[in-house]
Amino acid sequence: MGSYANFRQLDYFQLDDQFSEDELMVRDTVRSWVTERYLPLAMEHFENGTFPMELVPELAELGVFGPTTPTEYGGAGLNSVAYGLICQELERGDSGLRSFVSVQGSLVMYPIFAYGSEEQKRRWLPLLASGKAIGCFGLTEPDFGSNPGGMLTTAVKKGDEWVLNGRKMWITNGTVSDVAVVWARAADGVRGFLVEKGAPGFSAPEQKHKFSLRASITSELVLQDVVVKDSARLPNGNGLKAPLGCLTQARYGIAWGGLGAAYACFDEALQYTKARIVFDKPVAAYQIPQKKLADMATQITMGQMLALRLGRLKDSGKMTPSHVSMAKRNNVAMALDVSRVCRDMLGANGISLEYQVGRHLCNLESVITYEGTHDIHTLAVGQELTGIAAFR
Amino acid sequence: MKIIACVKRVPTTEVQAKVAADGKSIDTTGFEYMLSFYDDLAVEEALKAKEKHGGEVTVLTLGPSDASKELREALAKGADKAVILVDPSWHTRDARSTAKALAAKIKELGADVVFTGRVATDRDQSSVGPMLAAYLGMSCVTDVVKLELAANGGNAQRESEAGVETLSFPLPAVITCDKGLNEPRYAGLKGIMAAKKKTIEEVPAQDVPNASQVLAVELPPARKEGRIVGEGAAAVPALIAALKNEAKVL
Ligand SMILES: Cc1cc2nc3c(=O)[nH]c(=O)nc-3n(C[C@H](O)[C@H](O)[C@H](O)COP(=O)(O)OP(=O)(O)OC[C@H]3O[C@@H](n4cnc5c(N)ncnc54)[C@H](O)[C@@H]3O)c2cc1C
Ligand SMILES: Cc1cc2nc3c(=O)[nH]c(=O)nc-3n(C[C@H](O)[C@H](O)[C@H](O)COP(=O)(O)OP(=O)(O)OC[C@H]3O[C@@H](n4cnc5c(N)ncnc54)[C@H](O)[C@@H]3O)c2cc1C
Repeated sequence: MGSYANFRQLDYFQLDDQFSEDELMVRDTVRSWVTERYLPLAMEHFENGTFPMELVPELAELGVFGPTTPTEYGGAGLNSVAYGLICQELERGDSGLRSFVSVQGSLVMYPIFAYGSEEQKRRWLPLLASGKAIGCFGLTEPDFGSNPGGMLTTAVKKGDEWVLNGRKMWITNGTVSDVAVVWARAADGVRGFLVEKGAPGFSAPEQKHKFSLRASITSELVLQDVVVKDSARLPNGNGLKAPLGCLTQARYGIAWGGLGAAYACFDEALQYTKARIVFDKPVAAYQIPQKKLADMATQITMGQMLALRLGRLKDSGKMTPSHVSMAKRNNVAMALDVSRVCRDMLGANGISLEYQVGRHLCNLESVITYEGTHDIHTLAVGQELTGIAAFR
Repeated sequence: MKIIACVKRVPTTEVQAKVAADGKSIDTTGFEYMLSFYDDLAVEEALKAKEKHGGEVTVLTLGPSDASKELREALAKGADKAVILVDPSWHTRDARSTAKALAAKIKELGADVVFTGRVATDRDQSSVGPMLAAYLGMSCVTDVVKLELAANGGNAQRESEAGVETLSFPLPAVITCDKGLNEPRYAGLKGIMAAKKKTIEEVPAQDVPNASQVLAVELPPARKEGRIVGEGAAAVPALIAALKNEAKVL
């Protein structure tokens, strides 16, 4: 059986000292919830390709949907470090769980909060915070992922209404959403629209046959002459920088999430290799496994420091998108490497879903691609360093 | 309704106990702490009583100043006030001395109902709750698995292998909580933020000398190594033989 119940987080450099009492309480609360409520279901949902929708009310009760949103709109008013720790703990469970919460908070509540009208905020934020409504974020298209500026989805104004046409792909939570934040090209640039479930001409068929992020719903969004009122347009977000601003929020959480996945794998491999006897000694007593553990612990510790500093920069208003690029790039690649090494250290058991490593390994293949691929973030950091954009 | 939950911080279950150099106590270096399992039930029951009857929940502990972490969590779940009766040598107090100090504070605060855990998972004494009831002159039901509380009394169920016992009791009362009574809630993130504004009162614990003295502490003798007599169905005859001839239980 998996070892998640006795989980002990690596804290080689006593970084717990760097968090406040309430930040640690937030972390520990979400950690216990994930251990007790989510992980017992993780294998089954991964195998079946489903998300445990029955847990949505509990997630809302915990307060993880848009927790940094001010309390007057139904949020908990937490700081960004606490939000990062939430993402970390959710991803210790599964990247699909963290994705669900990232999308709801950073990609749906955040744009409504940052670019929405007062009426949109009053209507949607409390519904989304309480899990009574689920949202999704439609930016990627079949032919435009890394380069969303090339999008083909259009929004044409007709009087007081807009007509939307196009297709979005790889949209997390699309099929289960009550509201989709859809980005479309209007005459004066990219605009965001709130498209509600059931709007004539709008559908969200599920994308099947994934081997990664299986415990998360991924969908197409199909828009055929979908008519929305001008009041469904996000009035304060114009141009591509609006969706990119949302992605900065979500990527921030992913930099922390990578740590969570790495913790789960590392702890499982550590426990396993200490208990598993080969040639009369524990696997952990041999030099090759010890080198692997030492390398991973070092990489994880460096990732922890990166995330912590990123969070403190964000809370003091000094974080830039290029900071986020470096942290997302490093921590997700680190987690993917860790999951691969740990998978190997469990021998054949490492390919069984009774253990966590294989699930994390498969999931992280999505995480390294979405929210800006690893290479795209490489180019973002390169541009920051050289002043030269190498994207095109 | 004035509701009090008495709680204790205990070493986490992963802790490996070592006898200290004096041979009479446990070496606590490197210990990490948590709320005793049954005390979590006491906090939950207190919060449920407040939700039903209104009033105020105070969580009360006798312990070191840094028990504030455990109390903060109870505040985040919805308790209104928290009090630490500070005693740096809290873990060497006997049950009577702990109960006396708690009772003195409860008298001062006033209480209609006091919840405690059935037992603290460190010393395993099951004594503080009933002693509190005696010192306070309250009715007492121990090991409660089901509770219906009304404004001036209630019904409680206790359970053992022998059966289920249902009792009625008047308030004020001390109820000690057993597994199954409730499912403790998680502290929501909003609750954690709200708890930041609540204060934790720290006052010195009344000095009550121990009546009993610990003479010696020893770890249990190491268990004899197990023996595998075979695998699967083929092992059954050897197992039966061993149970008959060696263990003599058949
Ligand atoms: C499970 C899952 C969930 C997702 N959820 C969402 C969602 O909720 N909402 C949403 O809008 N999108 C979502 N996405 C889409 C995701 O953001 C995109 O897949 C991602 O941006 C990459 O785009 P692409 O797949 O088109 O790859 P491409 O852009 O085609 O990239 C293919 C390869 O080319 C490389 N590449 C691209 N451009 C350059 C360049 N200029 N120089 C060098 N190399 C380059 C990339 O690094 C990559 O290795 C999700 C994806 C997955 C897998
Ligand atoms: C899909 C699948 C099909 C299989 N089919 C067959 C089959 O048909 N027949 C069959 O007999 N077997 C089969 N196997 C079993 C496979 O051969 C074993 O899993 C493999 O030999 C590894 O053994 P293990 O899983 O016990 O890992 P372990 O031996 O426990 O190894 C765990 C980790 O410890 C490391 N390690 C082990 N010993 C040392 C050492 N001395 N020094 C340093 N590191 C060490 C390993 O490299 C590994 O990283 C199959 C396995 C899989 C996954």
